[in-house]
Amino acid sequence: MLVMNNIQKVFRTEQVETHALRDFSLKVEEGDFVAVTGPSGSGKTTFLNIAGLLETFSDGQYHLDGIDVRSLNDNQRSRVRNEKIGFIFQSFNLIPDLNLFDNVDVPLRYRKMSSSDRKQRIEQALETVGLASRMKHLPAQLSGGQQQRVAIARALAGSPRFLLADEPTGNLDSSMAESVMQLLEDINANGTTIIMVTHDPKLAARTPRNIFVKDGVVTEKKRSSMDGTDSLIMQPAIA
Amino acid sequence: MLTYYFRLAILSIKRNPVLSSLMIAAIGLGIGASMTTITVNYAMSGNPIPHKSEQLFAVQVDSWDPNNPFREPNIAPDQLTYLDAMALMRNAPAKRQAAMTKVFAVVEPKGDEALPFDATGRATFTDFFAMFETPFLYGNSWGKDADNNNEMVTVLSKQTNERLFGGENSVGQTITIGGKVYNIVGVLDGYRPTPKYYDVTNGAFNDPEDYYIPFNLVAALQLNRAGNTNCWKPTAEDGFQGFLNSECVWIQFWAELPDKETQDNYLAFLNNYAEQQKQLGRFPRPLNNHIQNVMQWLELQEVVSDNARVIMWLSIMFLLVCLLNTIGLLLTKFSTKSAEIGLRRAVGASKKTLFAQHLLESTLIGIAGGLLGLLLAYGGLHGVKALYGSSVEHLAKLDTNMFFVALGLAISSALLAAIYPTWRACNIQPALQLKTQ
Repeated sequence: MLVMNNIQKVFRTEQVETHALRDFSLKVEEGDFVAVTGPSGSGKTTFLNIAGLLETFSDGQYHLDGIDVRSLNDNQRSRVRNEKIGFIFQSFNLIPDLNLFDNVDVPLRYRKMSSSDRKQRIEQALETVGLASRMKHLPAQLSGGQQQRVAIARALAGSPRFLLADEPTGNLDSSMAESVMQLLEDINANGTTIIMVTHDPKLAARTPRNIFVKDGVVTEKKRSSMDGTDSLIMQPAIA
Repeated sequence: MLTYYFRLAILSIKRNPVLSSLMIAAIGLGIGASMTTITVNYAMSGNPIPHKSEQLFAVQVDSWDPNNPFREPNIAPDQLTYLDAMALMRNAPAKRQAAMTKVFAVVEPKGDEALPFDATGRATFTDFFAMFETPFLYGNSWGKDADNNNEMVTVLSKQTNERLFGGENSVGQTITIGGKVYNIVGVLDGYRPTPKYYDVTNGAFNDPEDYYIPFNLVAALQLNRAGNTNCWKPTAEDGFQGFLNSECVWIQFWAELPDKETQDNYLAFLNNYAEQQKQLGRFPRPLNNHIQNVMQWLELQEVVSDNARVIMWLSIMFLLVCLLNTIGLLLTKFSTKSAEIGLRRAVGASKKTLFAQHLLESTLIGIAGGLLGLLLAYGGLHGVKALYGSSVEHLAKLDTNMFFVALGLAISSALLAAIYPTWRACNIQPALQLKTQ
């Protein structure tokens, strides 16, 4: 599904060379729900951007759904993003002067899809997130939690294999965060693979799989007991 | 997809109304200024008779001062002497040809209430009308007999006919010009070549004449001439006949020469004629005879002045400055859309589709700027008319061609201005934009 082997990401300026990811290896199976945690600046978002083909990497191998990502040109990367990946961002990234329907429509517009097919998908996605009745509203007319639900609907509308979520609850209060997390769990239960970057250990604890990134190096927390409450063992994420 | 881009473009324009208005204003100002001057230059430098301009030739024979050319560098006179014009009319081998000069007189309308008025006329030969394809509203030109027999006939302009006869068919009626009664044989139908190529010496953009009469009447009736006269030595005799026999040039001369052979023959005739005249003590300068087709003639006579060209280029530079401003405004506008562009890139838009989307937006701005520019150009041309009077009225108007040129220029300018900002916007790093929003 998603396999990264020894990924390196180096940001270079004239004077400084920063290693954002070092020998980053990870394998994510279909249907996984992976929480990525780690301190600020550890490389979590860089990993997510590389996983979502929004950034290139300096070295290593990355196969997404069997495709060698390195061999793709810019157009092909756009197409893979459009067809296989859904993004959820901390700040929702809705287009303010488009209504909910048109916001969810954005990724579908870049597929050769009939308008009736698009309409059906949009309505279904908004139904899934509980906002079907508000499709003519503008984002500013919604609460933060509702806006994030719209972003999730946008990500879901294209039926992606992967959902990549970068701090999806970071801008929400606890009750809204809970409802968004519940929604993500439901989506995962329906078979969509989710990789979620989060700072919130409670949310991370709810996911079946946790990886920890520090200084660009990834380790995996494996639960030592079946109830998975306290005792965690650090080991390479690809093992 | 085009309708989707169109809808997004309208939304984007509405989202930043001030920036959008500034861009439209910048393009509009540039287009307005440049189209005003381009329109005037276009009218000045246009081909007044495109289908025939390479068959019509202004004739130059150099009978000028042995010590100084008529015009530097060694340009032959732009008009002919009476002696030479008459000799050419008699013998030169052209399909059609006509000597002509500008005359003026007082026209006396019939009836007691209408007042006499000054009018300018053109004394010429019958070939003038066929050669220059003047359109007739009523009647026709006079015949060669009228030329040869000094018949008192005239062709009126449409305006004169309207003034004197209320636009009715006046053929067969008479008119008093300069105290002489002429029979009206024809009325022209709005003849206004621009430039007035057949007589640039007396004003390439002057109004056409009010009436036309046979050329030979100038000598027969000693008519008042209104055009330029240039002499390089004093006349040998006094009086009108002395003037006719002088080396003064005052007659425009045109010949219709349909092909290369007739053109070569005509030039050979001119050179032979000049050689003969040399033997008679005239034509003291080396052979310097020419035939110039319409566009060559307009170029040689510098019908479009250097000043007009300079002003046109300055206005085009002003358009470039406006475009540079537009580039700056577009950079600002597109930078405010970085997050949206980043998002669209993230969810699958290729650079190419985003480029197309934003170029369409720029095209709409260009169209709006073009329409504003057309309004400003319209105002600018009215300003030109107000400044220079009725003599430029027919130059200072936008025709259909210029309308589309203005719109095309505006759109291509907007697209040109949009290329760099759009390219830059489409090359932003989406990850950075999405995180920093």
